Amino acid sequence: MLKVENVSKVFRSGAFGGKKKRVIHDVDFEVKPGEVVSLIGESGSGKTTVGRMILRLTSVSEGRITFDGEDVSALKGASLKGYYRRVQGVFQDPFSSFNPIFKVGRVFRTIRREFLSDLDQATWEERLTGALNAVGLEVAALDKFPHQMSGGQLQRLLIARALVLDIRLLVADEIISMLDASTRIDVLNLLGDLKRQGLSIIFVTHDLALGNYISDRIIILQKGVIVEMGATDRVFGDPQHPYTRSLLDAVPHLHERWSEEELKDLGLVADTARFGGHLIEHRENHLVRVYS
Amino acid sequence: MLAVSDLKIHYRTLAGAVKALDGVSFSVADGEIMGLAGESGCGKSTLGKALIRLEERMQYVGGQVTLDDKVLPIADDKAMNPYRFSEVSIVPQYAMSALNPTRRIGRMIDELLEARGLKGATLRPELERRLAILGLTPDVLGMYPIELSGGMKQRVVMVLSTLLDPSLLIADEVTSALDVASQKKVAGALVEFRDRGYVKSMIVVTHDLAILAQVADSIMIMYAGKLAEKAPTRTIVDAPAHPYTRLLLGSLPEVGIRFEEKRLPGIKGRPPSLLSPPTGCRFRDRCPLAFDKCAEEPPFIEIAPDHQVACWKADTHAQG
Repeated sequence: MLKVENVSKVFRSGAFGGKKKRVIHDVDFEVKPGEVVSLIGESGSGKTTVGRMILRLTSVSEGRITFDGEDVSALKGASLKGYYRRVQGVFQDPFSSFNPIFKVGRVFRTIRREFLSDLDQATWEERLTGALNAVGLEVAALDKFPHQMSGGQLQRLLIARALVLDIRLLVADEIISMLDASTRIDVLNLLGDLKRQGLSIIFVTHDLALGNYISDRIIILQKGVIVEMGATDRVFGDPQHPYTRSLLDAVPHLHERWSEEELKDLGLVADTARFGGHLIEHRENHLVRVYS
Repeated sequence: MLAVSDLKIHYRTLAGAVKALDGVSFSVADGEIMGLAGESGCGKSTLGKALIRLEERMQYVGGQVTLDDKVLPIADDKAMNPYRFSEVSIVPQYAMSALNPTRRIGRMIDELLEARGLKGATLRPELERRLAILGLTPDVLGMYPIELSGGMKQRVVMVLSTLLDPSLLIADEVTSALDVASQKKVAGALVEFRDRGYVKSMIVVTHDLAILAQVADSIMIMYAGKLAEKAPTRTIVDAPAHPYTRLLLGSLPEVGIRFEEKRLPGIKGRPPSLLSPPTGCRFRDRCPLAFDKCAEEPPFIEIAPDHQVACWKADTHAQG
């Protein structure tokens, strides 16, 4: 369905754009219908940039991204609108997606005006109610102001906003990092239910436990390079790349305390980044980067 | 040692007083790292801030704070000044933004020390030694904040906050904005500084119970401006007595738990408004165990040595 083919991203900086910085190196993966793929990495790993390229919020420098065989970068006008009907994003800070002086229902009216103006009122209301029910909210919620709702509720509203469009792919960029532990799990379970109904999700996160909970496949990014990818149980159950291992070692567990040496070990994980090498198939559905 | 008794702090708002801390009593022993956890709005950050500086809209209503047998004048902004930095110190939630972006880090630290009547140069060797302990080279002192990663800035602020060996350090959500590797380093730094005696006791405020399970000696859980449970870390993690603590722990995804195999439950509902908090147990509306008696407020009592809980049912099911 969605194919990211050998994509790179180069940012230019300096007075005349003379300095170039390559932040994504040759990233290549695919998302199938009804699949949840997690992009996991530390800050600066390029995980958000990949998500933004898929949503066309930033351009692709090299390679291409296709959706159902169509090159996403080439879309314009009506075909671009058609793309956004099928692919939507939800971001980290729900409060910044709403205008604090208007009631939250406004984002739904905008969606209708932009994308669904041909629908008659009854069908629209039916769809709206359906989308809101899917995320566990009542229609009455639309009459509230953003400050009257919790972060979790706003985040669910934004997912509902994507759902009224019959989307097939949702790019969820750190959507639960700002939420409390108790509401986090509600949003995660909602994503799980939507996946069961056939929605594909790209779940961008730095939290390995959350990625593990929800995804079918995991992609580990380090400084813009995929170092390991494959089925969740393979990547997390039998990590091959030293970077993946060090990330997993740094995850705190409730019932297992780090030893004193482990806790005070200042081994600088991020400094082990190595470019070059290539991904090989360690075994079925599990790719690892090796350096010759 | 820190002792807090019946502390009450309200926020002044147009709609009335928000009772963010509604009678909180506890103590932290020397050498103890106490974790403080709860949902947003439970009062955990308010508690942390109240011990060092009341913001404009925060109002001291009652209670007493004693640090090493001296009563802290927390209600009096001026009188608190001699205690700040030297006796009580804080690593704020966004330590990254605590650094002045227009100054090299070394110069900023010197200016800060001068403002306190101290010489930057005399403290310099100690400063560099402590940075080294946390894996930072003296080079960082010549850099601008923008040149450091979030985790490095967090550690710089930690070294700075504890430079005068305060008795109490409040670490407010210091790991929340960091990714796993930096998070672990900052967590290690907290323990390291306690072990070396740079800080006598610490309150680590966070919503991340897994991090507390790694660094804290004891954990205190707050709910809606009140204490729900306090116990040694192992007890909280392995045998929590308050239904809220149990639900909180039960909603944590850990590596190894998959949605497909085990769907974790959340906690239904939202915490009550603190403008007019409900009578009785404040967790009543969301509690699966609530019964008639919960209309009365449960006392925060000891059910086992060092294990305090505010729940009418805690006694019975802690044993059963």
